[in-house]
Amino acid sequence: MRIVVCVKHVPDMASDPGFTADHRVDRDGVQGRLSELDEHAVEQALRVLDAAPDTHLTYLTVGPAAAAEALRRALAMGGHAAVHVSDDAIAGSDAPATALVLAAALRRLEPDLVLCAMASTDGGTSLVPAMLAEHLALPQLTFAAELTVEPGTATVRIRRDGSRATEELRATLPAVVSVTDRTGEARYPSFKGIMAAKKKPLETWNLADLGVPADQVGAGAARTVVDAITARPPRTAGTALPDEGEGGLRLADFLSGQKFV
Amino acid sequence: MAEVLVLIGHIEGQIRKPGLELLTLARELGTPVAVCAGPGLDAEVIRTLARYGAHRVHLVESGELEDHPVGWVQVLADLAATAPQAVLLESTPEGREIAARLAVRLGSGVLTDAVDVRPGPEGPVVTQWAFAAGYEVTARVVTGVPVIAVKPNAVAPVPLAEEIEPEISRSGLDLDEASLRTHVVSRAVRHSTGRPQLTEAEVVVSGGRGLGGADHFELVERLADALGGAVGASRAAVDAGWYPHTHQVGQTGVTVSPQLYVALGISGAIQHRAGMQTSKTIVAVNKDREAPIFDLADHGVVGDLFSVVPQLLDEIARRRR
Ligand SMILES: Cc1cc2nc3c(=O)[nH]c(=O)nc-3n(C[C@H](O)[C@H](O)[C@H](O)COP(=O)(O)OP(=O)(O)OC[C@H]3O[C@@H](n4cnc5c(N)ncnc54)[C@H](O)[C@@H]3O)c2cc1C
Ligand SMILES: Nc1ncnc2c1ncn2[C@@H]1O[C@H](COP(=O)(O)O)[C@@H](O)[C@H]1O
Repeated sequence: MRIVVCVKHVPDMASDPGFTADHRVDRDGVQGRLSELDEHAVEQALRVLDAAPDTHLTYLTVGPAAAAEALRRALAMGGHAAVHVSDDAIAGSDAPATALVLAAALRRLEPDLVLCAMASTDGGTSLVPAMLAEHLALPQLTFAAELTVEPGTATVRIRRDGSRATEELRATLPAVVSVTDRTGEARYPSFKGIMAAKKKPLETWNLADLGVPADQVGAGAARTVVDAITARPPRTAGTALPDEGEGGLRLADFLSGQKFV
Repeated sequence: MAEVLVLIGHIEGQIRKPGLELLTLARELGTPVAVCAGPGLDAEVIRTLARYGAHRVHLVESGELEDHPVGWVQVLADLAATAPQAVLLESTPEGREIAARLAVRLGSGVLTDAVDVRPGPEGPVVTQWAFAAGYEVTARVVTGVPVIAVKPNAVAPVPLAEEIEPEISRSGLDLDEASLRTHVVSRAVRHSTGRPQLTEAEVVVSGGRGLGGADHFELVERLADALGGAVGASRAAVDAGWYPHTHQVGQTGVTVSPQLYVALGISGAIQHRAGMQTSKTIVAVNKDREAPIFDLADHGVVGDLFSVVPQLLDEIARRRR
């Protein structure tokens, strides 16, 4: 079985990311990393690989030069190979254009299972996985809290906590699956894994390699525009009083004052 | 005025609040058309949809959407052939996966996690929050029929002043191969806990790792009940199995924006704050003065929640006697 995990290089939330004047996520001067949620997708792929060693596992990213770091990090966790789609024309792409490029790469990689995370931790739209499924005419099992892959019967099942119900979904492979952080803790790369990752094949493809016309991607092809971005005023800290035996009473006073009691 | 397609989620004819919120927003953009399917859609349901602005109610006569939710993409793509002003859906897992696929099929732009949608000279203007609600973003769809997924609780649902008699339209559905290939094999509808829904509650009381065990969540529940609120939890508490995942507040849980948020034994990690920092008033009880939750709290108590909360509960009870 062939698995491709789509991973994204994102600004580390801990480094307080912001936006550039032209309304893009500011990637300069902030620490980048493999999206923490994508680590859960990598983990799920590795669990399939652990159980079925004839599985072939490739990572795929679309992004600027630095995005290769996310691929190396994923390779250090395990798996076999990586593909980095990079092209200046892709800069400023929105979710549909990103999905278009990823889908073109996936057509070449021909996976049985495409794994994504439920959302990227920067843009966080959760759009890309279902868009990939649409481009590739595949079933989509999204927001999995639990994932079961049965290579023998070529079936994949998930459980997800939706807004109204907890559902169990099933599809026959090939399929696109997105996973949440509920699927289980992601492993840390071992020292051996980090060393081995340096020798694993990492290919770089551009738009011409994929036959994607440059005018279908990038800022110029974006189907949405941002008109304004404003920093919301930070909340100001109120009082924090040490409890000297009457903390509950003071809290009751506060809540009464605000008409909650 | 051009129509606005609104996908209405319901459980056996029980229309949930987010659907009414969508209709409330849709009214400002154009002529709302409520699109729904499934059992239980009786005259009363149609009246409710009309009361919140649906000029037309479109009933999809197919039992298959329950098992093949991707079929909604087909339904909405067909209806969107009339070039509506926008398609509105809920920004929930179910809504977002349809929005994404629909946008590709229509060649449209799509915006998710809208906290507001207003009419503009060049189509709907959408407000979103980015980076843990640290930024406010206004954006527009510039290509195709705008597909917009709106967060539950973005606006208060407001009924129309006068009754309208909605037009009813119906269509059948012949699911295509792409839709049939995603199956829902079982569904356990969540039943009401008797407390308000987390995303709809005016008051949310959440517990974190500081609770120390599942049994102690009773304390969180008691305070929630005393304040008429819903119960939330941090991921640490959920991961420990102390409270169901569906109550998780934060980046990978639900976003809440109540009048009052009470954080008990929660440190206030960025991923938790992402789900609650737009709350009107925030109260925190935490042993650690350095916990980041105190940077947000309007009133904080630095102390042991196991003494502060029982005292608070007694005092609330005393004041109400
Ligand atoms: C990709 C990603 C997504 C995430 N999504 C979410 C999310 O959606 N929601 C979420 O909540 N987290 C999320 N997290 C996890 C988040 O980073 C924190 O780990 C989590 O919020 C911590 O939960 P906590 O505050 O309950 O626990 P802790 O950080 O351990 O804090 C417990 C607090 O309780 C206090 N305490 C202990 N005992 C007492 C007592 N007796 N009385 C009073 N105070 C006491 C302590 O001082 C401490 O501040 C996510 C993380 C990642 C990487
Ligand atoms: N540029 C990208 N490269 C590779 N995978 C991506 C990219 N953008 C999104 N994805 C995948 O799609 C998931 C959801 O992302 P998003 O739709 O941006 O929230 C991510 O967790 C990745 O698995």
